[in-house]
Amino acid sequence: MKANELLIPVIVTLILLVGVFRGVDIMHEFSQGAKEGLCTAFEILPSLILLLTAVGMFSRSGAVDVVAGVLSPVTQFLGFPKECVTLAVVRPVSGSGALSCLENVLSQVSPDSYAGRVASVIMGSTETTFYTISVYFGALKQKAYPAVFAGACLADMCGFVFSALAVRLFF
Amino acid sequence: MIGLIAAVMCAFSLVCAIFNSRTNELSAAAMGSCEQAVELALTLAGTMALWCGLLRIAQAAGITAFFSKLLTPLTSLLFKDCGKQAVEHITMNLTANLLGIGNAATPAGIAAVKAMAQHGGKHLRRNIAMLTVLNTASIQLIPATIGAMRAAHGAKEPFDITLPIITVSAVSAFAGCLCVYALSLKGNANESQ
Repeated sequence: MKANELLIPVIVTLILLVGVFRGVDIMHEFSQGAKEGLCTAFEILPSLILLLTAVGMFSRSGAVDVVAGVLSPVTQFLGFPKECVTLAVVRPVSGSGALSCLENVLSQVSPDSYAGRVASVIMGSTETTFYTISVYFGALKQKAYPAVFAGACLADMCGFVFSALAVRLFF
Repeated sequence: MIGLIAAVMCAFSLVCAIFNSRTNELSAAAMGSCEQAVELALTLAGTMALWCGLLRIAQAAGITAFFSKLLTPLTSLLFKDCGKQAVEHITMNLTANLLGIGNAATPAGIAAVKAMAQHGGKHLRRNIAMLTVLNTASIQLIPATIGAMRAAHGAKEPFDITLPIITVSAVSAFAGCLCVYALSLKGNANESQ
């Protein structure tokens, strides 16, 4: 996909060109913004350390398999493929973990099979929810409140359930 | 809340590791993950600095103002009274999400919540929650990574899952926003400051 590869370079160039064209002091504005970006990245680091430690322990201890086992009656009832349960459990907590889960599913079953498609749709329609929340609220130096977790978790649940439904509907 | 989740996850992992006799791996994860966090923050620092810098140029050149006008129907529906600055950041965040540039979406999103906090207002909590939920629903026009992985495993049409993905993203984003909206109706009555 050449178009995808060009997307970011084109955006970078366009912004700079429009900036030059409009007479913006590019170096000054850029370094001001970059400074803010750097500060934010280091502000979120402390909370990230604790969170990633918890996530790392969770994914390496076999806890994921336990949760997947407990959930299996529910997922069977929903017609949710068992190959995707681990992916669904890992998805909200770890982006790279989820990516390796998807890779695992696709190497076990065909990408054009039901389970392969559901796994792809889950991966594409949900996010690393807890990471996103911790980054945003780490930057705000605030505690996340129930409305955030409720909305985000509901969106995730919908993502999982409707992934299976959508694949059956579209294919 | 996130602290409680971390504590519960650690305790649960400890029990699971003992029963699965994976204590060796658990100890490695417990000690090694902090390095991973620093690495992540360093990587993030690079992209954050780049995109925040470009974003400033885009703002000064009026590019963000143009996009935010374009997306006004959507943003004015979801966000109430969050300030002009925040709206521009929100727009950039949503645009980057749609294009699938997560690296650019995060700094813009962080800038947006910071601008919202500075602006204040009585819908502050709802606005922040709304943006967070929108970002956790991952609305993406072209699922590039997934398509590439499917192609690598020999899918006939790697991108045939695009429409289902967009549909599911939209449905779950809608459900999440509705949930935030409903909860904030109650919250505003209790603690309007």
